[in-house]
Formats: sequence, structure tokens, C-alpha cells
Amino acid sequence: MSVTSEATTIRPFQIDVPEERLADLRRRIEATRWPSRELADDRSQGVQLATVQELARYWTTDYDWRACEARLNALPQFMTEIDGVDIHFIHVRSPHENALPLIMTHGWPGSVVELLETVGPLTDPTAHGGDAEDAFHLVLPSLPGYGFSGEPAELGWDSGRVGQAWAELMQRLGYTRYVAQGGDVGAIVTDAMARQAPEGLLGVHINLLTAALLIADQLPAESEQERAALGALAEFQESGFAYFLEMATRPQTIGYALMDSPVALAAWLLDHDTDSYYKIAGAFVDGKPTANLTREHIVDNITLYWLTGTGASAARSYWEDGLARARFAVEPPPPTSVPVGFTTFPGEIWASPRSWAEAAYPDLAYFNEADKGGHFAAWEEPEVFSTEVRAAFRELR
Amino acid sequence: MSDTAVETAVEIRPFHVRIPDEALDDLRRRIAATQWPEKETVPDDSQGVPLATMQKLARHWATGYDWRRCEAELNALPQFITGIDGLDIHFVHVRSQHEDALPLIVNHGWPGSIVEQLKIIDRLTDPTAHGASADDAFHVVIPSMPGYGFSGKPTGTGWGPERMGRAWAELMGRLGYSQYVAQGGDWGAFVVDQMGLQAPEGLLAIHTNMPATVPADVDKASLAGEPPPSGLSAEERRAYEQLIRTYGQVEYAHMMAARPQTLYGIADSPVGLAAWLLDHNDADAQPAAAVAEALERTESATGELTRDEVLDNITLYWLTNTGVSASRLYWEYKGGFFNAKGVEIPVAVTVFPSEQYQAPRSWAERAYPNLIHFNEVDKGGHFAAWEQPELFSAELRAGFRSART
Repeated sequence: MSVTSEATTIRPFQIDVPEERLADLRRRIEATRWPSRELADDRSQGVQLATVQELARYWTTDYDWRACEARLNALPQFMTEIDGVDIHFIHVRSPHENALPLIMTHGWPGSVVELLETVGPLTDPTAHGGDAEDAFHLVLPSLPGYGFSGEPAELGWDSGRVGQAWAELMQRLGYTRYVAQGGDVGAIVTDAMARQAPEGLLGVHINLLTAALLIADQLPAESEQERAALGALAEFQESGFAYFLEMATRPQTIGYALMDSPVALAAWLLDHDTDSYYKIAGAFVDGKPTANLTREHIVDNITLYWLTGTGASAARSYWEDGLARARFAVEPPPPTSVPVGFTTFPGEIWASPRSWAEAAYPDLAYFNEADKGGHFAAWEEPEVFSTEVRAAFRELR
Repeated sequence: MSDTAVETAVEIRPFHVRIPDEALDDLRRRIAATQWPEKETVPDDSQGVPLATMQKLARHWATGYDWRRCEAELNALPQFITGIDGLDIHFVHVRSQHEDALPLIVNHGWPGSIVEQLKIIDRLTDPTAHGASADDAFHVVIPSMPGYGFSGKPTGTGWGPERMGRAWAELMGRLGYSQYVAQGGDWGAFVVDQMGLQAPEGLLAIHTNMPATVPADVDKASLAGEPPPSGLSAEERRAYEQLIRTYGQVEYAHMMAARPQTLYGIADSPVGLAAWLLDHNDADAQPAAAVAEALERTESATGELTRDEVLDNITLYWLTNTGVSASRLYWEYKGGFFNAKGVEIPVAVTVFPSEQYQAPRSWAERAYPNLIHFNEVDKGGHFAAWEQPELFSAELRAGFRSART
């Protein structure tokens, strides 16, 4: 694929979804054909009918995509083609000139929507109870195949290649010193960058210990905390793993449903982990959102997947990373060679103790256990999350 | 949590399929309005059912395909509903003209249905019309499992293969059969193995085309993905390698065993449902090679699987909205698929070459100490009755011959 010089320039981007797409979405939701109710009283058979039906009701009545669209359009958004794929990103410069550039990567089933509430605290700390010295210039890309980024049409787009694309992006933005942050798939990307150690990368911060998946048999299991984490990891691999396995092996098969049925997509995105599921279900069924994980924000994220038609392409990223993991089992990746910081949020799928973070990153530069927040830490608790990110990178400035 | 005893009528009521025009129009509209993913990034099926396959199938499904033909085929058969253990059970019941025929209950699997067995009915009930002996005639009973086809959908947990086995024994008794045999493949094989363990009075023998023969230690090793244990014969080693391969191709089973309710797409999107049902593997490929080939076959004089038959099955799931309820069966049963269960009653085994694993005779003899028939045929796969009705019927005749008194 030839790359035109226009494509690699940084082009301003605005979202403008035609009204017909929203009308079509509403029609499809209203025409949903439902399965019968689950036979259990909890999430043990999957996303509960009452949860999805209440979400669907909200989606077609009170929910308004245009509010999210306006929120995104109020931020500086851009497109640039890197390594053959159009990359969408939000780029907010801090009012503080000496701010530290930071590229922060979302995960699955998330998007840049997860990170929007951190823009203020990270770029404008003094307006959010922080210090000017802790300011960041913030870059929030959408992963290839997610959100408004293009979908790779060729093989090889695993998280390592994404990390390389991000290094290119930061260079293209003129940043010669920067840091990187990520959770979920973003953690895999950020971990890869720490091993690639591109010029300019000063350090990284991660909030899901994806590296644990590769060294599961080497993780300490002595203390109560370690045993609890191991139990949580084992439970995830046994009963929480199904979406992961399906996407890692048959993304096209599940992709048909994710592209054709909004409710199928919504349920699929809700079924990530126990903690976040019950927080989300509570927001809909009980009217009790958890912190920033409101009905509106949850449906913003799902609607973004729907409108960009990225259900299948996002699943495909798991397929690519599955191949990468198989390669790493034969030939382990190089060690990290930049400082790595890690924060454990208490509601994470497995809350990693310090010993685990150290097992994965022997030169661990920062570690902390936050007192609230789960898998979608930035989304749920943007202030706590931002405090962590500031602390992790303070010494590197 | 078990469902409370629901008042379902225990009398045997005739049943006819009557799908309203509107349901068929709605199906066609939905297919036509399908929003498609982009093409997979691989040139093969290693990411799932390819886009080209689905789009070609969908085009025919929404236009040339005619459900009414299948409906007429079903309605030409005696169909009934009866309440068993609190649930409506749909079944086809065809009596042979030969009064002494052996009563036989045949259990379908997933992603199948009674559609899989339609072509064996006449061959089994009317053998002389197919070049076989009247002595080998059967009275045939073909139920739909709970949550499948026109059977009721359980509203409480507990409807695993053990309970189904008991329900089938009850059904045969209710039909007045004091002696009978049972046959199954896929989930049907799990059910007949359970019937074999339950050994209800009257059950003379079972036949399985997906026999559970793997010895316990070998089974354990295969599930752990270990290299083949030492001491296996060449045949056993080949079977072991097939098991390893198949365990890497059953993520659909993991999904349904863990999260059946999350599959809203197979209730709401016809193409989503079709892709899900097509993605079952056989020894040769995933989607099953036999099914992929069938999609290219518009007709067969020899009873081989055709595109319209595949759509009959998928359409049945769609019209009965049983995608999710069928999936719940995987959640119910967490027992092993292929491990030897300890069945001691007479068992007949047919090994089809493209089944997920070819059970070696050595394992079959250990797993089924009263092995009355063992045969390795030269064609057919996982959907044996559906793909090779002639050969399958011949195998049932041969397999059950010694069970007849």
C-alpha cells in the first residue's frame, strides 16, 4: 500500500454522524429479538436479560449520542496515517509549556471515551487540585481497529506493532521526551513500548499486569494477598476467559453478531469481568452508577463501537495478540529497559501485589495500591487515576 | 436451582409446524438488512467463518431458500408433543409397517436438530425399500432436546444429559415400548452414554457415532495439552493427536459452557446465528469441512448434505429462537466429552473418518466392555446421519442386529 504524503500529515478531525445512522441504530434496538431469560440469578450464565433490556430501553429513549459527539468534538482530534493505518487521536496540550508529553492507550472493551475525564486533571492539574509541575501534554490514540482509527487490512497488527506506531506518532508530534500509560490492551501496548525502548521514551505506567499471563507459574503465592490474586487469576482463566478465547481464535465468527445487532454488541462489551459487570448492571437496573461509570458513559462507549463498526476489528486485535503470545512462549520478548511504574486498583480482575509487579518488572520504579477503582480505573475514578499517573512519572521529569 | 413441577400435559398431542408468513418475512428482512464486518485479514478460515461464505449463504437464504419445503417435510411425518418432567418435548414418531421392528430413539446434537435425522427415517423404518432386510426394521422416535427445536425451553437449571436420558426412557415407556435401543452422536452420544449408565429397564443397547472411549489417564493428559503418553499404539497416538487438535477448536463450547446468555446476537441476528452454528469443527476443518462442502452443493441424488439442508437446520434454530437455550446445555454439563464413562450395557460403535477423533478399537473395547459392534467406515464425519444417511442406516442395522430378540 503506497503512502501519500497527505495521508501522513496530521489532519484535524471532527465527528459528524449522519442522523440516519442514529435512527437506524434505534430501529435495530427496538426490533431486537430477545432470548429467554437466563436460568441463574446472577451473571454466572452471562449478561443478564434484565440488564441488557434496561440498557436497550435507556439507549432508545433517554440516551443522546450528540452529547458525546459534542464532547469529543470540543477536544482537539486528529488523524494521521502510520504504517498504513489511519490513526485517530486526541491531542490536548497543557497550558503549562514544560508539561511532560504522555501517550495513554485504552483497552477492550473500551475506547478513548474511557479516558476523557482524565484530560482535565492531567493537562490542567491546578484546576483539579494538583500541581503545575505534574502537568502533561496528553495524546489519546484509538487502537487500530477501534473507534475512529482505521482497521488493519493486513496481518501483523499485534500490540507490539501498535507500540511502534505510537513511537512514530509521538515523534511526528515533535515530542523528543515522553512517557506512556496503558491498561488492558493498552497495558500490552505500553509493556511492548517499554521493551522496544524507542528513542524519547522515558518510562511507562501500567495498571493491569498483563505480563502476569506469560509468567503465571512464576508468580509468588505465599501471602494472603498473593494467594487472593492467584485465585482471581485462576478464576478468570477458568470461567471469565470465554470472550477472550473467542476473540483470540474466531473473531470473524463472533464479528457477524457484533456488527449486525446492537444488543449483541452491548452484551458482548458488558461481559468483561465480574467487578465492572455488576457496577454497570447496577447503573442500569438499580439506577446506581459507580462513580464516573454512569449509564451515559457506558452507552457512549458502546455506541462508539457501533457507529464505527469496530466490533469485529477490535476482536481481531485479540487474534493478533494471541499469535504474538504464542511467539513469546517460544522466544520471550526482550526485558523492559525503561522505568516501569504500576498501580493496582482494588477492583481489577486480579489485583496484583507488589511482589507480582516486581516479578514481571524486576526494576520496578513505582508501585502503589489505590484505594478505589476497578478494571476501568481511569473511567471510573479519573481523579484517583490521575493522581497515580502524576506520582508514577514525577521522578522522570 | 431446579424448576418447580410445571403442569405440562402428559398426554401425547399431535403437532404440526405452522410458521406464520410474517416470521419468514421478518427473517428475510433481517438478512437483507445485515450489517457486515469487513473481510477477515487471513486468506483462510483461521479467524472464523469467512465473509464470502456468509454473504453467499445469506444471499440465497434471503431469496431462493424456501422454508416451506422443510416445513412440509416435517409435517409429512407424525409429530407430537408430550410433557415430561415438567417440560414439553417435541418428537417425531414413525412406526415401521413391520410390526416386529425394533423401537429406536435417536438423539441429535449441537449445532444440529431433528433435521439431521430426516434422511434416515425411511431407511430405518422401511428397509426393504432401500435394499435391506425387513428383519432390520426400526420404529423410530426422534425427540428434540430441551431448549432445541420445538421442545420447550427449560426455565430452571438441571436439564443435562442425565436428565434427558431419563426423560427418553420415560418417553419410550409412554409410547408403549417395553424394549428399545438408543442412538446418538455429539450431545446425543453423551445422552445415550448416560442412558447406558442408567440402564433403564427396556434399554437393550445403545449405538454411538461419537463414542467416549478415552482412558482416564490419557484423557487427563490430552486436556492438559501434554505430549502423547508413552505406550500408545500408532492408532491410539493418532487419536490422541486428534483430541489435542480438537480441543484447540472448541472455543464455541467454552463460550457456551461459560456465557450462554451473553450470546444475544444469535437470537437477534440471523447471520450472527448462522455463523455461530457453522463454526463447529470436524476432523478436517473449522467450520466442518463436510458442512463447508455442503454449502456448495445445491442437490444430491445420493443423500449427501446440501446447502438447503444446512439452512433448514439454521432456520429451525432461528424460527424457534433456540440459539441461546440450546447453548445453555453446555453450561449444564461440565463432564468430559470423550472420556470413557463406564457403560456396561451392550454398545455398538461406528467410527466415521472425519469425526473429531477416530476412536481406536482398543479404546472402544475397554470403554464398552460389552461391545457388540465396532466398525470403521470409509466416509462421513461429525454429522454422520446427515452427511451419509445410507451408510449410517446400514451401520445401525448391523450394529443393533444382535440386540434384537
